[in-house]
Amino acid sequence: MKDTTHDDLARKTWMSLLARAPEGRAAALLDAAQARPAFTWLRAPEIGTTMVRGRAGGTGAPFNLGEMTVTRCALTLSTGEVGHAYVQGRRKGCAEAAALVDAMMQTDAGPVLRASVLDPLDAEMTAAKATRAGKAAATKVDFFTMVRGED
Amino acid sequence: MYVAVKGGERAIENAHAWLAEERRGDRDVAELSIAQIREQLSLAVNRVMAEGSLYDPDLAALAIKQARGDLIEAIFLIRAYRTTLPRFGASEPVDTGAMACDRRISATFKDLPGGQVLGPTFDYTHRLLDFKLAAEGETPAAPSRVAEPGDVPHVTEFLNREGLIEEAVHDDTPPPDLTREPLEMPADRALRLQALTRSDEGFALGLAYSTQRGYARNHAFVGELRIGTVPVEMEIPELGFAIDIGEVTLTECETVNQFKGSKTEPPQFTRGYGLVFGQTERKAISMALVDRALRWEELGEDFVGAPAQDAEFVLYHADNIQATGFLEHIKLPHYVDFQSELELVRKLRREAGADQVQEAAE
Repeated sequence: MKDTTHDDLARKTWMSLLARAPEGRAAALLDAAQARPAFTWLRAPEIGTTMVRGRAGGTGAPFNLGEMTVTRCALTLSTGEVGHAYVQGRRKGCAEAAALVDAMMQTDAGPVLRASVLDPLDAEMTAAKATRAGKAAATKVDFFTMVRGED
Repeated sequence: MYVAVKGGERAIENAHAWLAEERRGDRDVAELSIAQIREQLSLAVNRVMAEGSLYDPDLAALAIKQARGDLIEAIFLIRAYRTTLPRFGASEPVDTGAMACDRRISATFKDLPGGQVLGPTFDYTHRLLDFKLAAEGETPAAPSRVAEPGDVPHVTEFLNREGLIEEAVHDDTPPPDLTREPLEMPADRALRLQALTRSDEGFALGLAYSTQRGYARNHAFVGELRIGTVPVEMEIPELGFAIDIGEVTLTECETVNQFKGSKTEPPQFTRGYGLVFGQTERKAISMALVDRALRWEELGEDFVGAPAQDAEFVLYHADNIQATGFLEHIKLPHYVDFQSELELVRKLRREAGADQVQEAAE
């Protein structure tokens, strides 16, 4: 594994966001923002699995927990940029949209796409997480000692 | 042995057509959608994902619909589908310490950093049938409160700090995979944990219960039980770095068990571990208890002959698809086998009958 550069880190962040995006959201935001550029497939969307691993005791030796479905694809824009996608589930349309965004983020359209696709997606997913965390927080137990039994 | 028998084609076709009709049920009742099963029978979906060993809620919901709610049949469908898919790779081990927790409780510490978070639990319900659910109506939104940011620490970390509990030492040995290599004894802990996490919930529960009742008693406390989502990260070879490829809901149970000590080591608590796909609390606790019982050898305990200590017994009988496959095959035609048995019994009876007649004569 090569050292993760600043550019790689930025790319890792948006690819990770696109992988977890809700069904159809990345495609909808992309299409609302701009027309899709011409591209050719390097690898047409393909459904497969990843073996998910855990660690014994949470921190010990790894073990195989079970697989999850994943869809991947790769494409080249007519301007030469290569886009990759690995997204959770069996979602060929989502993988295509994710790979397009990945490729377009490497072009001059990057800042526009960030504002119109990545930032809204991030905001929506963060809000959904916060809603769930809020409901969990409301079920937190507040202990108070009523009467001590000793005397 | 069973032999191929010809002649049942039309009966089989008609049986399957009737199965499809029975699956649909009364046509005056609305048909179930996959989304309804996924959203409203989510714990059944979770069990199918865990024991089918494939995380995909929509597929599990489809399997439940196709199997008419027979969860073992649904798990069978998922296992069969899984074998048709190419595997892209293995993830980095998930970090359960970074879990976004829906639920997190400890039976050993009342006040702990991060607190006791009950989550959407059946605990403390009265187990009385709720007839309001039989009538259609809106469910009010659950209350919300501002959440504290940051990761929730594992309970065992507190005990670790004082050296009171055995450590789960970090290790990066690639684990064996029973879906690629046949399960063979002796099975190391990684292999046992893989077999247990996909094992039949009922079987794991029964074994775990047996340890509580005294068969390989190891006195487990639930140190911590947490349910929530973790990101799944995988190294992408064509990129040269790892990305999150998704997010899964997991249930993790860490037990704190009876301590042991030796001449060289002071007494300390030992641990059992359960980690299962989905919200699958009963299974995760069961897994932790059975994991702990199977660790008798490495912890220097005696083998007392308890089923839960016997790795071969546990691991070779825990998989409900193997079990049901072998069990149900005996209903398939065994005409030739049975004919030979029939002949044998007739022959034995003839001989015995002849003897009896002779005895009576004497």
